[in-house]
Amino acid sequence: MLDNMPTVYLTIVLAPLMGAIIAGLFGKTIGRGGAHWITILGVAIATVLSLYVFKYHVMDSHAIYNGSVYTWLVSDGIKLEVGFLVDNLTAVMLVVVSFVSLMVHVYTVGYMHDDPGYQRFFSYISLFTFSMLMLVMSNNFMQLFFGWEAVGLVSYLLIGFWFTRESAIFANLKAFLVNRVGDFGFVLGIAAVLLYFGSVDYATVFASTAKVSGQTLQIFPGHPWSVLTVICILLFIGAMGKSAQFPLHVWLPDSMEGPTPISALIHAATMVTAGIFMVARMSPLFELSETALSVVMVIGTITALFMGLLGLVQNDIKRVVAYSTLSQLGYMTVALGASAYAASIFHLMTHAFFKALLFLAAGSVIIAMHHQQDMRYMGGLRKYMKITWLTSLVGSLALIGTPFFSGFYSKDSIIEAVAHSHTPGASYAYVAVLAGVFVTALYSFRMYFLVFHGEERMDQHTREHLHESPWVVTLPLIALAIPSVIIGGFFVEPMIFGKFFGPAIFVLPAHDVLAHLHAHDWKEMALHALGTAPFLLALGGVLTAWYCYRINPKVPAWCARKLSWPYKTLLEKYWFDHLYQYVFAALGRWLGKVIWQLGDVRLIDGVIINGSANSVGRLARWARQVQSGYLYHYAFAMILGLIILLVVFVPGLSGKMLALIKIS
Amino acid sequence: MPLIFTQLQLALPEIVLLGSTCLVLIVDLFVSERSRGITYILAQMALLAVFITLLATSVGKTSDAFSHTFVRDALGDTLKLFVALSCSVVFLYAKNYLKTRDIPFGEFYVLGLFGVLGMMILISAASLLTVYLGLELLSLSMYAMVALQRDSVTASESAMKYFVLGAIASGMLLYGMSMIYGMTGSLELATINTKVLEHQHDIVMMFGLVFVLVGIAFKFGAVPFHMWVPDVYQGSATAVTLYIGTAPKIAAFAMLIRLLVDGLLGLQSEWRDIVIVIAIASMAIGNVVAIAQSNIKRMLAYSTISHVGFLMLGVLAGTPEGFASAMFYTLVYTLTALGSFGMVILMSGYGFEAEHLDSFKGLNQRSPWFAFIMLILMFSMAGVPPFLGFFAKFMVLKSVVAIDLVWLAALAVVFSIVGAFYYLRIVKLMYFDTAQDSHSLEISTDMRLLMSVNGLLVLLLGLKPDWILDLCIRVFPLA
Repeated sequence: MLDNMPTVYLTIVLAPLMGAIIAGLFGKTIGRGGAHWITILGVAIATVLSLYVFKYHVMDSHAIYNGSVYTWLVSDGIKLEVGFLVDNLTAVMLVVVSFVSLMVHVYTVGYMHDDPGYQRFFSYISLFTFSMLMLVMSNNFMQLFFGWEAVGLVSYLLIGFWFTRESAIFANLKAFLVNRVGDFGFVLGIAAVLLYFGSVDYATVFASTAKVSGQTLQIFPGHPWSVLTVICILLFIGAMGKSAQFPLHVWLPDSMEGPTPISALIHAATMVTAGIFMVARMSPLFELSETALSVVMVIGTITALFMGLLGLVQNDIKRVVAYSTLSQLGYMTVALGASAYAASIFHLMTHAFFKALLFLAAGSVIIAMHHQQDMRYMGGLRKYMKITWLTSLVGSLALIGTPFFSGFYSKDSIIEAVAHSHTPGASYAYVAVLAGVFVTALYSFRMYFLVFHGEERMDQHTREHLHESPWVVTLPLIALAIPSVIIGGFFVEPMIFGKFFGPAIFVLPAHDVLAHLHAHDWKEMALHALGTAPFLLALGGVLTAWYCYRINPKVPAWCARKLSWPYKTLLEKYWFDHLYQYVFAALGRWLGKVIWQLGDVRLIDGVIINGSANSVGRLARWARQVQSGYLYHYAFAMILGLIILLVVFVPGLSGKMLALIKIS
Repeated sequence: MPLIFTQLQLALPEIVLLGSTCLVLIVDLFVSERSRGITYILAQMALLAVFITLLATSVGKTSDAFSHTFVRDALGDTLKLFVALSCSVVFLYAKNYLKTRDIPFGEFYVLGLFGVLGMMILISAASLLTVYLGLELLSLSMYAMVALQRDSVTASESAMKYFVLGAIASGMLLYGMSMIYGMTGSLELATINTKVLEHQHDIVMMFGLVFVLVGIAFKFGAVPFHMWVPDVYQGSATAVTLYIGTAPKIAAFAMLIRLLVDGLLGLQSEWRDIVIVIAIASMAIGNVVAIAQSNIKRMLAYSTISHVGFLMLGVLAGTPEGFASAMFYTLVYTLTALGSFGMVILMSGYGFEAEHLDSFKGLNQRSPWFAFIMLILMFSMAGVPPFLGFFAKFMVLKSVVAIDLVWLAALAVVFSIVGAFYYLRIVKLMYFDTAQDSHSLEISTDMRLLMSVNGLLVLLLGLKPDWILDLCIRVFPLA
């Protein structure tokens, strides 16, 4: 079987789907144990086969596979197919997605232990895994869109998993609506691809970029736009929605209403990186549009710095991690804008591991704290939960970019790449990503110190019950901590310095910033970094956090008082929620209400439906008067009918009758 | 003589029916009141005999008899089979209704059988005289049937109206026939058809055509010759309404085909315009006025008028497909009307007439099964897929569109949307209102069974409409 690669690819996507179907439809029959065994088995199969695919393509350097397995429909020469494109980029994504998913599946056994929706949850996360795998393995835009929407759907279902909570319903509706904005751009982008390239197949589209690159289109007369720029920006709008880039970032912090395992799986490690993956996949298009790259870079920069700042003022442990995710997604986007696609995917990979680790560790803390998520009521937990504490520390160190940790290699590559980039906006981006390093270190260690060190601020009852989480929780933590440490050093050489991605990622020679990097192996890179600005900034962030939250805890409060205006801005998240809720949403609702009242109630119901019905009814009541019941009326009607028919239909009759009248 | 024997053989179904009807008449005279059931059984057997003889003597080719006044063809045989079948169903539905009321039991069946004889003669007519003969035999039977309830004021009134208006219509028809005879010098429809083109622009010929059309329109109950329909449907005992409202429509269709197609096809372009006017008027008046009715028999009467307008669309198309679609429509309508009037009978208990729409309120609570059957019937009448009525409407509209009268098809669709209102109102009453009368229905087993089959046929044949449709297409061979 392993010789037949299409079968392997199909099995990778179908195994989680089968698990999802069985757990979803027959959850009652197979019970809780059955549900987690079947879904874990499905995802485990996918993981093992993904590793095999990774070995097959990356280590054994087999040729890229690009083929379709099923033709959905052919319309007007356009083929819509289900197909797989498997190259090194796909292989990396497959391993990341399936491995993190497997860890989350195992972790869920412990985290959701007492939840009544146990089988439903497993069904959803397996379905998510299927959708995400479909997305990354796709060889055409249609299937990409399918996976894109499917992960969006499951994300919606999971944010609102506890559907009796008002806040969860609000959050999932918000995520859904904001993603609609992005998806609208995305689907327009796909439509534009179809319009100008006449195909939705990646290979066909990428092969004919030269033909389209010179074309322009005019939406506003007198303003010709490059077709490729329009396509790229539209596609990127989709990525902004899915990967929560400014200004479509507002849904991600709220999505923390969902259970923690999905925050780790969907809202940190995999789904939110779909946008990054998509842009990397579309590199042959983006490379040809300087404008689009610039837009990508600026948006990424804003997200990377300003979302990180928000992490400083959050007290909810999950929200801190969520803002950190936003900021790191910003870093990836900046890398895309700098044409450092490989660095972006590299960061995506390392981030998937350490951010999933941080989320799951936060979840472990939340279990121990009896679902208390406010850090102001934590502290000193390192004594009670050794494994969670250590793995969290590993995750945080990776996140802030400590040399030799995985996050260091990916983040430093990005910063270096931006420094060498000539994309408009690069100099601004460089400053912002450097500042971001300090901010990242500050909020990360603020969280770390608040949770694991200092005085124990929880109540007596909680403190008595504090203990380390069960093995199903700690095992994934350890399993994720290992790649969080080593994977950067392991992959930095092939991915950044080498030609790991091969033809999967296309970079114009003029844009090839990664070629300018100094270092050439992992040790050299780490040692070289020790004296550089990013390292010093990160160290500064950690020390600041240490001083503010361990030595002199009055400082934060003092800052908040003295800098009340910026503090409030951060607390209110730059008022974006207010803007969307009170301006856009209110405007939309108002418009809907007006159209409903005027269009539906008055015009359609009032005039067209009831109006016509009423007039027919009036007509009916009037017409029945003719049916008087008198025999002579009836006979008269018949004669009248006869005469009318005669006059109208017998040719010449009326003329002759007139003549007769004249004669008499 | 062999020749006369062959001719008699062609008319054997009619002869058998006449003989057995006379037998029923005489036996009914001598049976006691208690054993009236025998009359019913004999009447059913008479229809069965007709059914069997029709099938046994069917020759498959067109042949005429009695000096070209009587024709036996596939169209006639098919229609006669359906007439016999639907009368048999009517007789069964009527049995218990008649028994529990002061309506002469034997007379109903004897007159009913004579009516069937009239219909069969009408169907087989090959000359103007035979048309008139059959028509009058049918009409006179029906006048008498309406008047069966001698003590009922409304029944007598409607019988009187029906008779007088029918007489006027007959007079007009005869008048028209006389003009056509005067112009062509023949009573035989086939001969008329060959000569009619010579007189295409003749004013007398057109006079004749208009008068004949009035006769046909009256028989169908098409606007503006429809005034009798609501009064008679409402005034008659429901069993009689059931009879009048079903099989005679098939006979009227035959009359229309015999006169307009067999006899006056040459004037097609002339009569098409008249039929268009009548069809539109019928659909408009029928559908609109039905909305204002609170009596279900009256509502169904107006519904009939609208359906007549619809089936005329198929006729005016003037193509074999059009005629076939009109015939399909007629047969489907008959099947659905049997069920609908049957439901009114079924709902009527001892001494209680379920005539008001309100008596259908909450039927779902009293009898979910029959509420469902009625739902099928009403959906079919309204033309909702996949019920049979949808395909009937669809085929007719298709034939109209085929001759490029798209506006007419669109108009017909608009009227059937208006019509959907009052059919769906019954469904609403049955399912969403509470019953005024919570008694469960007392229904005999045979009625229960046949009603279910009737309703389910409308659904099942709707899933496979080509069965009846093929029958209709086969009898109108492509010219």
